Amino acid sequence: MIVGEQKPLKEILALLAPYKEVLVLGCGACVTVCLSGGEKEARELALLLRLKGFAAEATSVERQCEREFIMPLEKTISAFSAVLSLACGVGVQTLSEVFPKIPVFPGLNTSFMGAPLGVGVFEERCIGCGECVVHRFGNICPVARCAKNLLNGPCGGSKNGQCEVRPNRDCAWQLIYERMQALGRLEELFAIQPPKNWAPSRFGAQRKIIREDVRP
Amino acid sequence: MSLLQELLDRGVFVVTAEIGPPKGTDRASFEKKCVQVKGYVDAVNVTDNQTAVVRLSSFASCLIACEAGLEPVMQLACRDRNRIALQSDFLGACALGIPNFLCITGDHQSLGNHPEARSVFDVDSIQLLSIFRKLRDEGVFANGEKAKGEIRAFLGAGENPFADPLEFRVFRLAKKVEAGAQFIQTQAVFDLEIFSRWMEEVRRFGLHKRVHILAGVIPLKSLQALRYMKEEVPGMVIPRWVEERMERAQDPKEEGIRIAVEIIEALRRVEGVRGIHIMAVAWESVVPEIVQRSGLFPRPMQGGGEGA
Repeated sequence: MIVGEQKPLKEILALLAPYKEVLVLGCGACVTVCLSGGEKEARELALLLRLKGFAAEATSVERQCEREFIMPLEKTISAFSAVLSLACGVGVQTLSEVFPKIPVFPGLNTSFMGAPLGVGVFEERCIGCGECVVHRFGNICPVARCAKNLLNGPCGGSKNGQCEVRPNRDCAWQLIYERMQALGRLEELFAIQPPKNWAPSRFGAQRKIIREDVRP
Repeated sequence: MSLLQELLDRGVFVVTAEIGPPKGTDRASFEKKCVQVKGYVDAVNVTDNQTAVVRLSSFASCLIACEAGLEPVMQLACRDRNRIALQSDFLGACALGIPNFLCITGDHQSLGNHPEARSVFDVDSIQLLSIFRKLRDEGVFANGEKAKGEIRAFLGAGENPFADPLEFRVFRLAKKVEAGAQFIQTQAVFDLEIFSRWMEEVRRFGLHKRVHILAGVIPLKSLQALRYMKEEVPGMVIPRWVEERMERAQDPKEEGIRIAVEIIEALRRVEGVRGIHIMAVAWESVVPEIVQRSGLFPRPMQGGGEGA
């Protein structure tokens, strides 16, 4: 899922300073699961904003990234001078596309595609590189989980199984090594992985998929 | 032709030293370092924005080293350049006569002085080695297109026998050799036990016959320098006996030199070690003394009569 984190209140207040009637709009998808932008968080934030003098209300939609879910908001939104979206960056943009006249501000920083590891702990798992190779590494993705996206083994900085770059971050290659060893597939890691094709990744260009088979 | 390669092929126990480019355009300070080590080493290894701190480029510094009569090893890190820029700089350096290259992935930018920079890591050190080898031996770029002109280059890589997972390190070395590494510079050796075990593995796979291994040596200047390396430098293992001796030392610099000389003597006895690489970071002036006291002076005369 997409994991996001609420912006600091100070930053949100600065964004909304020129406005009074503010709609805080939650999203029922990923950001609800990661406890940062669902209906509950939208209500809490609206309450805080009211304490700070805004005429703030809260509501939420099933998925802000899809037009059909936000189009019914047309009447509600017209009563506000600005919207604070608690969706990921996709939702913020879809909302602005549907209602181009109303100022929309992001209330979250969209962080990464990841998984919950426990209550309140989320970790990145995928960067959407467009050409999945995860099966070659015991299904632990070095492109997303190694700080240098190394495909040919660990760098020289791994210590006690930890990444040198950030504390409390597992070295992806330590995990890959252990997983492949447990699977009895260690020798697969001895093959040289050629340079990755980054063209399907975000380093290529904005990505777009047109599925002719499902188009009307 | 690379003199470093020639000496290694002749079976000479080689000595190289690392010299760091200045944080600015002060070429005089870099030339001074060149003069300090000249005649005591067979080649100088010029770092490429090491520890992700911006410095005078490795390429330009290598040319200054050439002018000073030294043979450079140009480091090329994958952190800051993609395969287009890396190949381009490699061609440029070859055309200007730089004979040796060290392909490294590079320290992560968040450990340096521009932590907000975006990294590249388009390819890793192993992929870079294979790209350069193909360019040199087959005359083709990474995309398969033909390149014009002859390329002479002696290709190397780094390896850290002390980083986790320890058991994987020798396989990673094997991959580097497979990809085209002709010489290897190791991380600084303090723990001779771990190093010897790694070398046993290296010999078990016959890798010492396929690649020239230069063991890294760092002379310690002070106890603080030791503690800094122990705490801050990733992948550095310093055993307790080294720390104890530095703690007790009346003259820490002298003790640091003694330890370095002892480690070099031990390394010379390890089968498969073909030379040493001295990394006297910000203490290049100590290199001649270490080389002399290790019995590695004078260096063999190099082509063109460039002796001591």
